[in-house]
Amino acid sequence: MTAAAPGATALYDVPGPRARRRHRLYGILTTAAVLALVAWVVYLLFDTGQFTHTKWTPFQYEGIQRMLLRGLGNTLKAFAIAAVLSLALGAVLAAGRLSDHRPVRWAATVVVEFFRAMPVLVMIFFVFVALKVQPLPALVAGLTLYNGSVLAEVFRSGVAAVERGQREAAFALGMRKTQVMTYVLVPQAVRAMLPAIISQLVVALKDTSLGFLITYEEFLHAGKLIASNLDYDLPFIPVVVVISPIYIGMCMLLSRLAHWVARWERRSPKTEAVDVAPAEPGTLLPRGVPPGPREPGRQ
Amino acid sequence: MNVLTDNLPLFGEGFLGTVELTVYSSLLALALGFLMASFRVAPVASLRAVGTVWVAVLRNTPLTLLFFAVLLGLPRFGLVLPFKVFAVLALGCYTSAFICEALRSGINTVPRGQGEAARSLGMTFGQTLTLVVLPQAFRSVIPPVGSTLIALAKNSAIAGAFSVTELLGTYKTLGELGYDVVWTFVWIALGYLVVTLAISALFTALERTWGVAR
Repeated sequence: MTAAAPGATALYDVPGPRARRRHRLYGILTTAAVLALVAWVVYLLFDTGQFTHTKWTPFQYEGIQRMLLRGLGNTLKAFAIAAVLSLALGAVLAAGRLSDHRPVRWAATVVVEFFRAMPVLVMIFFVFVALKVQPLPALVAGLTLYNGSVLAEVFRSGVAAVERGQREAAFALGMRKTQVMTYVLVPQAVRAMLPAIISQLVVALKDTSLGFLITYEEFLHAGKLIASNLDYDLPFIPVVVVISPIYIGMCMLLSRLAHWVARWERRSPKTEAVDVAPAEPGTLLPRGVPPGPREPGRQ
Repeated sequence: MNVLTDNLPLFGEGFLGTVELTVYSSLLALALGFLMASFRVAPVASLRAVGTVWVAVLRNTPLTLLFFAVLLGLPRFGLVLPFKVFAVLALGCYTSAFICEALRSGINTVPRGQGEAARSLGMTFGQTLTLVVLPQAFRSVIPPVGSTLIALAKNSAIAGAFSVTELLGTYKTLGELGYDVVWTFVWIALGYLVVTLAISALFTALERTWGVAR
């Protein structure tokens, strides 16, 4: 990730003393505006009575804490299953797309392009409503189909990004097609694509919250149950205040990991023959360029 | 087949709802994304901080949680608006973070020498920006912005689940009327394909006209 330090872009010159003074003024004004906004929100929170005792009591009860934890556990469970399955599906579909047999390649392409173009929620609802499946399998199926298809593209572009000489050298050594793939191309491709893969898993983690819409008892669902309780005076805002940092924190940790892996892999001598992808989830343009190798301006 | 022909008005209404949501949210996302991108490349540290926080938080927020907070939370502040406006707000703010990143990396692809050359020719900041930097950034930004807007169109389905008039929402009504669910979903899927393919075609055309010569 390129730092947005002044001077790192083509936009500005290094500021002189007068410009620096002006920037400091802008800085103070911005800080004041942000502080005013925060103060206004806090005032609104107090004004609409969000900090009353009744609204925050539910979080003291052990039963409710346990319910929240169970919801969080269910979220993580759905994420874990979906992540493993979509990695597997992605590998299978990528193998299909890289196959030498045209029918296989064609079938894999159709599957990948279709599921990438569909909203995940439509798939989840289809499995849940039309196939009458339980919420957890429905959620996992939808997430797997979508993320598996995107990951297939990520894997494929990773393999395609390995320098041509690697493949040629391997064939010249007398390796077979499968050996070339498993010993030479895939290990380098996976290393190069690891940041993009982890970023796609962040997408999967975020999308587990869609389970809320099909009554899967995940974290948000637990929050909704507390929030719509009249005994505690409908504590919607307190629930949002408690739940969002946890959700956002989990996703941020995983994103941070992706960035860290990207930096680490870029320095690693094992990725010399392939460009490491930036830590961003796959693109969605049909026929679009997946993240990474061909993105301009990055090494 | 007759699921579609019998309920053309209903499907049409849902389809238009999706298109409307997509268009309005795209406009909001592009405007906000541009603003935040300009914050993120600003020479003022606190503006950069605002942009960074905006992107980091919104990119890592599940959209369902955002909808939950906006649709059910904001009314608690006494802010009562139609559901559609809330949906546009949530979708637009969420997508603006991704647009911002796309625009920022577009600006960063312009080599520094371009700006230095422009300044050494005596161009003002405004001229450097509008004549040199932005035209070049615009080229490389087309594909990522296109894929972000496609993602936005697909995300609008979540609004349907929160009972905003939208394509996915039609399945409920049709289910109650006793139509075949599988066919209903086939037509819904087709509707989304039309929207996403239209956006994709638009951006492919843009790319062909203005994209980077590879």
